[in-house]
Amino acid sequence: MSRFGRIAFVGCAMSLVQMTITSEPQAAVEPVGASERRARWVQPVIGLLLPVGLAVLWEVIVRMGLASGRLVPPPSVIFNTFLELAQAGELQRHVLVTTGRVAAGFGIGVVAGTLVGAITGYSSLTRRLLDPTLQALRAIPSIAWVPIFILWFGIFETSKITLIAAGVFFPVYLGVMGAIRSVDRKLVEVGRIFRLSDFAMVRRILLPAVLPAYIIAVRSGLGLGWMFVVAAELLGASEGLGYLLIDGQQLGKPAQIVAAIVAFAIIGKLTDWIVVIATAPLLRWEDRFARAEEG
Amino acid sequence: MLSLDRVGKTYPNGVRALDGVTLDVELGEIVAVVGGSGCGKSTLLRAVSGLDRPTQGSVKLDGDTILEPHEQIGVIFQEPRLLPWLSVADNVGFGLADRPKEERDARVANALARVGLSEKAGVWPRELSGGQAQRVAIARALVTRPRVLLLDEPFSALDAFTRADLQDQLLGLWADQKPTLIHVTHDVDEAIVLGDRVIVMRPRPGRVADEIEIDLPRPRDRQSAAFDFAKRRVLAALDRSLDRTVSVDERETKTAAGQAMWW
Ligand SMILES: Nc1ncnc2c1ncn2[C@@H]1O[C@H](COP(=O)(O)OP(=O)(O)O)[C@@H](O)[C@H]1O
Ligand SMILES: [Mg+2]
Repeated sequence: MSRFGRIAFVGCAMSLVQMTITSEPQAAVEPVGASERRARWVQPVIGLLLPVGLAVLWEVIVRMGLASGRLVPPPSVIFNTFLELAQAGELQRHVLVTTGRVAAGFGIGVVAGTLVGAITGYSSLTRRLLDPTLQALRAIPSIAWVPIFILWFGIFETSKITLIAAGVFFPVYLGVMGAIRSVDRKLVEVGRIFRLSDFAMVRRILLPAVLPAYIIAVRSGLGLGWMFVVAAELLGASEGLGYLLIDGQQLGKPAQIVAAIVAFAIIGKLTDWIVVIATAPLLRWEDRFARAEEG
Repeated sequence: MLSLDRVGKTYPNGVRALDGVTLDVELGEIVAVVGGSGCGKSTLLRAVSGLDRPTQGSVKLDGDTILEPHEQIGVIFQEPRLLPWLSVADNVGFGLADRPKEERDARVANALARVGLSEKAGVWPRELSGGQAQRVAIARALVTRPRVLLLDEPFSALDAFTRADLQDQLLGLWADQKPTLIHVTHDVDEAIVLGDRVIVMRPRPGRVADEIEIDLPRPRDRQSAAFDFAKRRVLAALDRSLDRTVSVDERETKTAAGQAMWW
């Protein structure tokens, strides 16, 4: 009945809630923080139990002579192969070649995906014009492009880099376009009130707003880049980690194959980690759930 | 002078949100707009701000027809709408990007001091309370010194105490620059604390139902009898705008009077 009475009551209830919220962490912060910190260390360790256990078990079985380990080499053999390749300088050479291909294809794919995604996200006319075609192209399994790329661009670097760039392009394009289209209309209106030009609107509102989604898109693009470099190198290369895979298969050296796979895993994770570290300062403003744990 | 001439708005879905709203607002005047939800208050402000165009009539600021956002017209929304990736100071300076850095810094510092948030200049918006965030939004709107400021229920998400505090702060800021204010609210007390006059709107389609001069000196005492009387007039006008016949239906009159007496 009395709307003013209710407002006053709500005010009281809110300040009560605030008091509860502010007083709670003071009492509970120590034990929660400590156990969470422990959880952060313990959980990965639990995750390691299974693979490490299996590896140790396999090593023991092979050493006891219960299995030859010829097709599935034990960890020590893989490690030695890895070391031998590294000492001969072979590993570094192949890693460099592969990383160079990924870097080139990733660079081209990110730039193209960002530009096309930004334009189609901002202008609905361009989107209606381009998006159906791009979606149709995306539906084609990218490996299917390999023969035609080889016909068009030859067997050497150009076809490989084109394939990687195509793989990187689509997640970046989709991520940028989707993120721009879902930018909060309310923030765009703030830009309109301050009479931003189209360019200033993109630079001062849209790009910062899509940055978190953009970085995720770039990371999935990078992941696909590593996938596609394997495909490209499997289909004909004289250098690169993919070549090591094929070489190991043809010469019957499973340890070399596994060593190359391990190298892929390490540099794939490493480059993703570099992207995360490099972009972290750009996202300090984010109000993320995960941040609450840090403080 | 800001003048609205028979402004009407029919949304593409056929909803007639506004119909024939005519209103002249003098420079420096504070006009409070009240009315139930859905009677076109936001639609009215969006037309005046240039964010949306009216489908009939026109809005003019000193003879210029408003079709796009205008540099002399600022807006404060119900939500603070701070940009989360900018610090508080950079949010306040958002509309001053074309000014030299020294001038911008000085004006931002001054605006933040005026809303009592100097010590928050470097923090992220997520670290502010609701009331603080809305004060930053007020500073951001006023720092460009607009001649007209439009406020769409800016305090409705705040608790009653913060709200009264911000009403007083807003009046203090208004006294500095004397911009024209059009302040939409559904809080009758707020309308009377702030307004030189109160426009009462009625829904379906949104029209001006009544207009009540508030001829009280500022600062206004929320407890005074004159305040109470003004409030009773506005509540009665609101009742009439909803086609509740005040004079015949005694129960409704009592409701309005009862609300007015509560304070
Ligand atoms: N963008 C829109 N499209 C269609 N109808 C709308 C839109 N915005 C508001 N309306 C309708 O117009 C009427 C007035 O809305 P609004 O101006 O938001 O009222 P208020 O701010 O007074 O609550 C309502 O019936 C609402 O449903
Ligand atoms: Mg509204």
